[in-house]
Amino acid sequence: MTVTTDSVRSALEQDTIESHLNPVGSFDVADHPVPTGREEIWRFSPLKRLKGLHADAPFDRSTTSCTWNTPEGVRIEGVSGDEARSLRGISGLVPNTRFAARVLAEVPASLVVDVPADLEVAEPIVISLDGKDASTTEAGHVAMRFGAHSKAVVVINHEGSSAMAAVVEIVVGDGADVTVVSIQDWADDAVHLAHHQARVGRDATYKHAAVSFGGDVVRMDANVTYDGPGGSAELLGLYFADAGQHIEHRLFADHNAPHTKSNVVYKGALQGEGAHTVWIGNVLIRKVAEGIETYEENRNLVLTDGCRADSVPNLEIETGEIEGAGHASATARFDDEQLFYLQSRGVSEKEAQRLVVHGFFNDLIRQVGVPSIEDRLLTTVEAELAKNVLQDLAAFGRES
Amino acid sequence: MSKLVITDLHVTVDTEDGPKEILKGVTLTINDGETHAIMGPNGSGKSTLAYSIAGHPKYTITGGTVTLDGQDVLSLSVDERARAGLFLAMQYPVEVPGVSVSNFLRTAKTALDGEAPKLRTWVKDVNAALEQLNLDPSFGTRSVNEGFSGGEKKRHEIAQLELLDPKVAVLDETDSGLDIDALKVVSEGVNRFRAREGKGVLLITHYTRILRYIEPDFVHVFVDGKVAESGGKELAEQLEANGYDKYVKANA
Ligand SMILES: Nc1ncnc2c1ncn2[C@@H]1O[C@H](COP(=O)(O)OP(=O)(O)O)[C@@H](O)[C@H]1O
Ligand SMILES: [Mg+2]
Repeated sequence: MTVTTDSVRSALEQDTIESHLNPVGSFDVADHPVPTGREEIWRFSPLKRLKGLHADAPFDRSTTSCTWNTPEGVRIEGVSGDEARSLRGISGLVPNTRFAARVLAEVPASLVVDVPADLEVAEPIVISLDGKDASTTEAGHVAMRFGAHSKAVVVINHEGSSAMAAVVEIVVGDGADVTVVSIQDWADDAVHLAHHQARVGRDATYKHAAVSFGGDVVRMDANVTYDGPGGSAELLGLYFADAGQHIEHRLFADHNAPHTKSNVVYKGALQGEGAHTVWIGNVLIRKVAEGIETYEENRNLVLTDGCRADSVPNLEIETGEIEGAGHASATARFDDEQLFYLQSRGVSEKEAQRLVVHGFFNDLIRQVGVPSIEDRLLTTVEAELAKNVLQDLAAFGRES
Repeated sequence: MSKLVITDLHVTVDTEDGPKEILKGVTLTINDGETHAIMGPNGSGKSTLAYSIAGHPKYTITGGTVTLDGQDVLSLSVDERARAGLFLAMQYPVEVPGVSVSNFLRTAKTALDGEAPKLRTWVKDVNAALEQLNLDPSFGTRSVNEGFSGGEKKRHEIAQLELLDPKVAVLDETDSGLDIDALKVVSEGVNRFRAREGKGVLLITHYTRILRYIEPDFVHVFVDGKVAESGGKELAEQLEANGYDKYVKANA
């Protein structure tokens, strides 16, 4: 638990102000100086590799193709002008970073996804972003609105080369059941700065899954607030960082309403020289948020030397009237006892390592709960493993 | 054929104060089809012997040899030892989260045989093995040893013994922590294994209780890292009556 000062405490009682976990927001770009890297929210990020997206890189014409399927009853289209402007901030987002403020202020168009009330969309909505060029910088805004008691799964799939700043706003209507999966399977040169902000309605269920495999730098902030009591948010993450990659996930569950729930599980694997992952899990339980439940967990599996996993859970509690709050964070290497047990049954060392890594991610992939992408995630984990660990083993002549 | 020969085995573990010798010259031969019981007080080095035979990285062999049917075991990696025909039922089986029992068993069988088992007969074999050890068929979908009761872990080890069918099985205190019903179930499993042609068993135990169900051909008293006395099963009866005092005192 973090100690808070009285002034912050009384401000929090008003229930409107941002916690000191996050800087106060503003729509005005001028209120957000260019980060220097010393700021709490930027200190882990490699600013030099962001191609200026955190600062003043031009938002050029997009070189990233964007395609999607449109299940019956769903509206998905690019909009501009007044309609695009009216969508800025619909999730309750008040930008706390310069890039998010710039996206809201400067990007002329938005991709809107509208799922009407009561509609249950059977097939996943898949939005595919395929980057062609990481030497130009671009930005995008997506607004998703899910009507009351609707049910839908949206998968945003990022591939190819791109340098992109993106804001995704998600409004989950009362009683709706929504899953948003964002897969970062970029090429090696991609840079991706993203902010996903969701407002979860009364008694609604929201699941957000961030899956990051590829890209030079991926930083995603995934935030949740509640629009009434009884809302439930599950924030899941799976990442696999290779040599030289920086993958950063920051999340913020802001319990601003009573009887809300948040459950955060992020798991990552790291391999290769200079692989760096960052996980910042911020949970704020405001004074009004009585009877809430929250749990957050981050586990990292370090497969080789030369990797670094930062993991920082922050739980800030302003009311004693809660059902439950907990967090766990662990970073470990392969467990020798596990490998020994498997090998003692005849399984080779590399096969044992493969089993352990699969086991590490398996439950989480099942928890994401989108059957059509389960196989793909397992295959990608497999491919990531094949990249480095197995090669290393061969190089050291330890293969049997 | 299955002949395990341990000759003058010396083993150390690394401690904060440097290496500490645990096994101080163990010599033991298990011939084709024999069951040997090793009995000894806590801390005498029984698990160290079991782990050293299996190749656990924590232990350093400083002297002696171990051969299986003439092949040098100590130069093999852990998985190669298993493929050569050794099996260790562990005193404390390890949890492997997210890896299902059925996936684990299939992967192990495939590794041992060099080819995947025929699906239909394999599923039947697995279900039969689980059932014989009073393990629910739903066991196959659970993660290896995760959330298993102490008894389930031990029964799962013996189910593996029957399915993986090694030449020589080292059973490290498979009996400890079992109630009498579970002890019988586990013993029946070991006896089914022993009934197969030429299987060797090294049965490590702290108590004489299991020897009522699994009759050993030889009994060895293990004290302070070596065999203090060897004999037939009457030696177990003496231990039952008198305990380890005589050996521990003689050693002190
Ligand atoms: N890492 C270690 N550091 C120090 N002593 C150890 C270590 N591992 C094992 N030992 C010692 O080795 C001895 C034998 O242990 P073990 O083989 O487990 O005995 P048993 O199975 O007969 O109870 C014990 O005295 C134990 O304390
Ligand atoms: Mg022991």
